[in-house]
Amino acid sequence: MRKFRIMSALCALTSAGVFAAHVQAQEVDHAKADAEFAKFRAEMEDSNPAELFELKGEELWKAKRGPNNVSLAESCDLGLGVGKLDGAYVLMPRYFKDADAVMDAERRVVWCMTEKQGFKFDDIAKKPFASGNYTPEITSLVTYVAGHSRNKQFAVNLKDPKVREIYETGKEIANYRAGPYDFSCNTCHGSDGKRIRMQNLPNIGSKEGATKSVMGWPGYRMTGGVMLTHQWRMNDCFRQQRFPEPKYASDTITALLTYMTANANGVMYKGPGIKR
Amino acid sequence: MDMLRRTVLKGAGATGVLAGLLAAGVLKPTLAYANDWNKAAFEAKELDAALKALGAEGAAEHKDLVMKAPEIAENGAVVPIDVSSAIPNTASIAILVLKNPSPLTSVFEFSNGAMADVAVRLKVAQTSVIRAVAKADGKVYSTQKEVKVTVGGCGG
Amino acid sequence: MADPMKIRAQLKGDEAVIRVLMSHPMETGQRKDGDGKTIPAHFIQSITVAVNGKTVVSGQTGGSVSRNPVFGFKLKGAKAGDKVAVSWIDNKGDKRTDETTVA
Repeated sequence: MRKFRIMSALCALTSAGVFAAHVQAQEVDHAKADAEFAKFRAEMEDSNPAELFELKGEELWKAKRGPNNVSLAESCDLGLGVGKLDGAYVLMPRYFKDADAVMDAERRVVWCMTEKQGFKFDDIAKKPFASGNYTPEITSLVTYVAGHSRNKQFAVNLKDPKVREIYETGKEIANYRAGPYDFSCNTCHGSDGKRIRMQNLPNIGSKEGATKSVMGWPGYRMTGGVMLTHQWRMNDCFRQQRFPEPKYASDTITALLTYMTANANGVMYKGPGIKR
Repeated sequence: MDMLRRTVLKGAGATGVLAGLLAAGVLKPTLAYANDWNKAAFEAKELDAALKALGAEGAAEHKDLVMKAPEIAENGAVVPIDVSSAIPNTASIAILVLKNPSPLTSVFEFSNGAMADVAVRLKVAQTSVIRAVAKADGKVYSTQKEVKVTVGGCGG
Repeated sequence: MADPMKIRAQLKGDEAVIRVLMSHPMETGQRKDGDGKTIPAHFIQSITVAVNGKTVVSGQTGGSVSRNPVFGFKLKGAKAGDKVAVSWIDNKGDKRTDETTVA
């Protein structure tokens, strides 16, 4: 189909700052492309390489590791009791009394690794996300934890005032404009029907949009073939907005994840997914 | 039909022997495999050369050789392709991406109850025809489909 | 050491559907890293599927199979409890074998 060749030509044009081809972009049959992508996704999800990282995460979860030589299985409480995994991911972010903080899943596992196993935070934060052939242990662990909430509903507890407070903070952050482009998350993700070329941009303030934003994380990214967490996605949004990169496992990211996940409350989580 | 000549790895018994040799350090696995892997076919830059190296020239279309492939692939790094053959005695299936720098992606030989049915995920560098070539009773058959590869966002 | 594979072998009627996920970079040898240096070729060249010790599929692969490869095969006349073993060897001589049973 010639339309797609036009599409890639358009890509080059817009990056060169020429927008004359704009009208042609509308010729692309997005409904058809979306349907085709959806079919393709279903096939990809049927055998998702993310499972390989769950396997790796299981090994790491159960192994006695770190200076304290304890396993996460025997020391880490994800909110449902020490070592309890089933359904824990969809209840996070949640408030953890022992840390006196609201934490998302990745942040919580990092906390367990430092507080229980004795790893140094700075070592984990040095290279916290996958690139090339490198996958951090934390990514496999989070994938393993998330895999234990397949087919369970997101249920972030907004009745907890501490969670509510972080949720409201997240809402504000999503709307906070800054950086050289005077962008906020909501510039792209705050209203319905927006799109960058072939990709639809979900409105994270709506239930439907929030669902699209939290579903499939952690995700196996076809581009580069790497496993990435929702924390990574948030950091990458900051990069795309030309904001300074957030500190790893920061309050800001937890707040955004609380806002988005709670907006998807009641939706069934399908487990670690596939991303483009 | 020596498309996949297996001098060393013939059946499970031989595999066991090979494993023993490997463990004993008698054979280096790379050596064992260098003999086996069809270098000429995989490194061929042109379709014709690849088919020649596979001994699979002059294929005829056959309705019982079926390929499932997305019409539009979301990401060329991972394109799911499914090929199945209902042609009796199909011994092997090869899958080639015509516009890739080296067209041959993979070739599979079936025996002992395996159906001539294989699913793979391939890198497709650009919009290209994908061709499957099957061998059955010494004859060569083929089928093909075009897969369009898009980029999602610029530099995406 | 190569990471384990994930193998699924499900019975559907008298057919077994075998799905294999492998952990492998599948480098073509044509990509360049951030410094412009060519990343050496590193890909699986050979895979075998054996059922109860008998080879049923032997395959050869090149660098254009996707990273972290996924393969699907079908087996006629399979029954629950059949042992499925999958092996691969790459161009550097790394190898891995994993097993599962048809269920």
